[in-house]
Amino acid sequence: MKFLNFFFAVLIILNFNLLKADEIQLQNKITKNLRCLICQGQSVYDSDSEFAISLKLVVKNKIDEGLTEDQIYKFLTKKYGEWILYDPQFSKNTYLLWLMPLLIFLFGGAIILKKLINIKK
Amino acid sequence: MKNRLVYLFLCIFFIFTFIIFYRGLNNSNLYTPNTNIKLIPEFNSYTLNKKQYLNSKNIFNKNKFYLLNIWSSWCVPCRDEHSMLVSLSKSEKIEIIGLNYKDNLKNAEKFINELGNPYSIILLDRDGTISIEWGAFGVPETFLIYENKIIKRYVGPLNFKLVDEIKDYIK
Repeated sequence: MKFLNFFFAVLIILNFNLLKADEIQLQNKITKNLRCLICQGQSVYDSDSEFAISLKLVVKNKIDEGLTEDQIYKFLTKKYGEWILYDPQFSKNTYLLWLMPLLIFLFGGAIILKKLINIKK
Repeated sequence: MKNRLVYLFLCIFFIFTFIIFYRGLNNSNLYTPNTNIKLIPEFNSYTLNKKQYLNSKNIFNKNKFYLLNIWSSWCVPCRDEHSMLVSLSKSEKIEIIGLNYKDNLKNAEKFINELGNPYSIILLDRDGTISIEWGAFGVPETFLIYENKIIKRYVGPLNFKLVDEIKDYIK
């Protein structure tokens, strides 16, 4: 009986972890989209450099303060510039980056269409 | 005719790529973030020597230049720039504030005892979060501050040229 009680106690304690699971998920999602500025090419989530450890802590604190994902990105781009985000926002510097695939797609489509019309003729 | 056009196009393409890559050779591959922080961030921190708990508003409140230097005893470049900070601290127009980054306190005290103390206040940043408020991402990093505004930011260790620049500012 004692063993059973102990078992249930452990089970209940382990279940409390689920309460925090959402937060950790959000934290991981955000840190995966942040570039580690020291170990460039790695995300903050992957890195264990001093900077990345601190940044993970900051993100966690900001989530605890109740900031949303976008607000945290805004806060960090204010501090470190757009470059810290792996997923850059649409702006006058990045419009080419965002529109290029679309343009290439349209261009390729036009070539194919032209070829098809030629074949039909 | 068509062959010629392709040839010309290829030539232009290669010249274009060559220019882009050639110019890329001169670019530094070290990224320095272009921050938009103009006013100094607000923070609270303990001091190393007096065990006080200070708010940033009570530190940068005098009408003089401040230099915030982020340092650590384990950081080798900090050792190199330290003598320059000591010589700068002799000027009365500038006050140097140290922010001790993720350091062992005993080592930090040893570092100061060994190389001299240029700082009027040494603040502690045990978990690195205050440095992030400043937009810093490594040690050493130095900020020149006047009237609560960041005038200039130096990533990496100071050298004689940069110290001269700071002296020009505080003249």
